Amino acid sequence: MKVTLIDYGAGNVPSVERALRRMGAQVETTNRPENISAARCLVLPGVGHCAALITALDAHVLRQPLIEAITRGATFLGICLGLQALYESSEEAPKLQGLGLLPGRVTRLPANVKLPHMGWNTLKTIRPSRLLRSLPSEAYFYFAHSFAAPTGGQESAAISEHGREFLAVLEKDNIWAVQFHPEKSGEAGAQVLRNFLRAAA
Amino acid sequence: MSLVRRIIPCLDTDGARVVKGVHFEGLRDAGDPVELAARYNTEGADELVVLDIAAARDNRPTFLETIRRVAEQLAIPLTAGGGIRSLEAARAVVRAGADKITVNTAAVERPELLSELSAEFGAQAVVLAIDAKRDGPHWQVRIRGGREGTKLDAEDWAKQGVQLGAGEILLTSVDRDGTQSGFDTDLTEAISTGVSVPVIASGGAKSPEHFLEVFTRGAADAALAASIFHDQVQSIRALKAFLKANGVEVRLPC
Repeated sequence: MKVTLIDYGAGNVPSVERALRRMGAQVETTNRPENISAARCLVLPGVGHCAALITALDAHVLRQPLIEAITRGATFLGICLGLQALYESSEEAPKLQGLGLLPGRVTRLPANVKLPHMGWNTLKTIRPSRLLRSLPSEAYFYFAHSFAAPTGGQESAAISEHGREFLAVLEKDNIWAVQFHPEKSGEAGAQVLRNFLRAAA
Repeated sequence: MSLVRRIIPCLDTDGARVVKGVHFEGLRDAGDPVELAARYNTEGADELVVLDIAAARDNRPTFLETIRRVAEQLAIPLTAGGGIRSLEAARAVVRAGADKITVNTAAVERPELLSELSAEFGAQAVVLAIDAKRDGPHWQVRIRGGREGTKLDAEDWAKQGVQLGAGEILLTSVDRDGTQSGFDTDLTEAISTGVSVPVIASGGAKSPEHFLEVFTRGAADAALAASIFHDQVQSIRALKAFLKANGVEVRLPC
């Protein structure tokens, strides 16, 4: 299974790469538009500030190739910011445009809880999820973020809660994404990556 | 669904080996960082911290190699620090495999470092380590491994650090560190309720009751310990079972 891992300089690229390799995937780490255009299975990792991701994608001229690859049916997994980037915009970088593959806006979690939402939390599934297949409902996942995508869209597969409910697992046709870090979520996270690779194969 | 309290083992290293001291002094060897990391990863640790504590500052490549080898073992987050004074040094640590960077003395001497790190890696990757020592009704910030005092008040410094871009506080009680007499819950409570970011309590842990107290009365979001885990005085699994039985939500490994 060949996976094209988009490397625009995000901090968690090495650990995502390591986790995918552990699972037996053949990982192509790249920031070249032509590799993304040719990809059949794409992973967009991310952690930190959403402006960093959007500006880096544009600086490397990856926005269009990525949108086109996903639109023609390449299997896509977004991680953390890689989920948030799918939406039209984010409150974290209001002047920048997201990829716009999903309608809506990413907003800040409420100030009545500690932010970042940092640590291990559980999920509530909204509908049967392929990414969460074989996982117990009490499985914990590692989160590190202050902004999150809205729940309620048809792409919502599972949600979590910190101050408010937010989207934790997104599944829409060939577009998959998780707000948590599967590469840092122990055995539960490994199972999510395994499920993704199996579905993409 | 709710965020659980975290248990974090800490590897203080002299670059290549794990060491442990009492009151920041009198170091002794406590094991191989890679072996310990692998054990904690499977025992249910929620994160791991690796600190370069000694004057191995002149041997940075050894520490970076340790981070690389430790990161290989982990499917949980890794925080690394010790002697990070510049964006450049932080980049090297992140490239070696750390998810978060922790800074202490360098941030006291040049607070803008926190903003620079936060702009580059995001606040969630910037951990401000504060060594605090009781001084009357307050706590004084100490630097250089606790050896040197400053004019800073720990509560004020924590708030300022968060404003500058720290996404988490690693709070060590200099009075309790290495004593195994329990966390300084007053200190932890003061800082944890005073800032908007998670606080990791450190210094003085021995018994499960110490952890229970720092999570309840101390309002800590996470608790860190070193030698009691290294020496197998306390297993992480048993500690978590105890906390859960006493009403503290924790992640029990599968």
